Amino acid sequence: MSLTLLNVIFAVVVAIAFAALNAAYLVWAERRGAGRIQRRPGPNINGPFGLFQPPLDGLKLMAKQLTIPGGADKILFVAAPVLSMFPAIMSFVTIPFSEMIVAHNMNVGLLMIFAFASSGSMALLFAGWSSRNKYAMMSAVRSVSQAVAYEIPMLITAITIVLMTGTMDLMEIVRQQGPSILHWNIFPLLTNSHNLLMPFSFLIFFTCTLAETNRAPFDLGEAESELVAGFHIEYGSMGFGLFFMAEYANIVIGSCLTTILFLGGWHPPLPFLGFIPGVVWFLLKIYILIATFIWIRWTFPRTTIYGLLNLSWKILIPISLFNLLLTAGLLKVF
Amino acid sequence: MNPSLFSADGLVGLIFLLTIAITIAGGIIACNSERLVRAVAGLMICFIGVGALYYFLNSPFVAMMQVLIYVGAVAVTISFAIMLADPEQSSQHGPINALSGPFGFITAALLTVGLALIALKTMWGDEPKVNDGSVKIIGTQLLTDYSMVFELVSIVLLISIIGALVIAREGRKS
Repeated sequence: MSLTLLNVIFAVVVAIAFAALNAAYLVWAERRGAGRIQRRPGPNINGPFGLFQPPLDGLKLMAKQLTIPGGADKILFVAAPVLSMFPAIMSFVTIPFSEMIVAHNMNVGLLMIFAFASSGSMALLFAGWSSRNKYAMMSAVRSVSQAVAYEIPMLITAITIVLMTGTMDLMEIVRQQGPSILHWNIFPLLTNSHNLLMPFSFLIFFTCTLAETNRAPFDLGEAESELVAGFHIEYGSMGFGLFFMAEYANIVIGSCLTTILFLGGWHPPLPFLGFIPGVVWFLLKIYILIATFIWIRWTFPRTTIYGLLNLSWKILIPISLFNLLLTAGLLKVF
Repeated sequence: MNPSLFSADGLVGLIFLLTIAITIAGGIIACNSERLVRAVAGLMICFIGVGALYYFLNSPFVAMMQVLIYVGAVAVTISFAIMLADPEQSSQHGPINALSGPFGFITAALLTVGLALIALKTMWGDEPKVNDGSVKIIGTQLLTDYSMVFELVSIVLLISIIGALVIAREGRKS
């Protein structure tokens, strides 16, 4: 007990470092990707391929003064960006990067990630409310209603996986997804439920991850054309930096979860490729997913708030519920 | 025997005291803050502290459920209700009943004395672990020994959903 708790604290420190590094360099990747898609170079001045841009940006943000607007609720205004980082960092503790690399594997690991992810919307609420700004307020209300709406199909899809594997232990879920690509949960034929709708479940889960992390085409929370910058409109310097980092940390967590649940975690796609260590496959899979996130952001137009909520309540929730019932039935039959 | 502060057990003890402090501080903020949003923040801190206490009681499942349901759902719902209110509300005090002070004091005193008596009269021993608190065992127990409770809870939820629908319907007509 005592040693595992210390283990967790140590893991949190490592997770902060990993999240910060990822956030910094994903910003670089995003800007380079945007540049490529929009036929312009992107940041390429500082260092080779512009690789020194993130630390320089960080220095700039840290050197700036943190301004607090006059009418703002000071304590909540400062607490909100810190709170936005907290769920992502806590979730890193239970994510298994390979058979060996996991800080603290819990038998309720999946539940833990959802538990902390759900508290992330409170950070947006506090940020929007404490800024005393109408744009920030509207954005906070939007973001939270969006997060609540998309949490439901995401949880139902996760429950489908839990039904199939019979466990919430993330390592056990990965271990059951056999040696090759045909045993991954996204490919239905060789898994134990034979459910042909699993690719749709994967799509639902991926869409919900996009929405939960407030990414385009679901970035209604910071719709620049209508709400200026959304909930972080009043934030400058590192307060803004923390919100930005939290967004990328959440993307990494979402990709890790998608990889673990659907794409076989650290397993190689073909058995004879097993000589490459599992962590390489895991990182490869999550960075492919992250690249897809970036690709979608710069190629899809933003939806409207009604389209967004209708998609969740009228399409994704019924389909995922149907798939849950179908999976339960198929597990009974086979 | 008191473990040294710098051993692993000592550090865990320190974290335990910290969770208790967080829980109490959250509760005090929730009750005493002037602004409603701060009260919700306090409530959230309190819930997280309680979740940590469940973790110390060797039940990570209940701890995670505490965070998922109370922080993720209940606190968000409460703050939705608060968002509809004016952020600039002045502290409103209704006419204070002359009797409310003494009655409140008597109730609080009775509660304190009662809880203290229960705490002091109970023989606190090392209880053996009932089971490993895993999801499987909780699920089996819920659907066998405690199925009545389980069904009753679902009826309560059904009633509250119907109630919410009735209230929403009435508002739409006018």
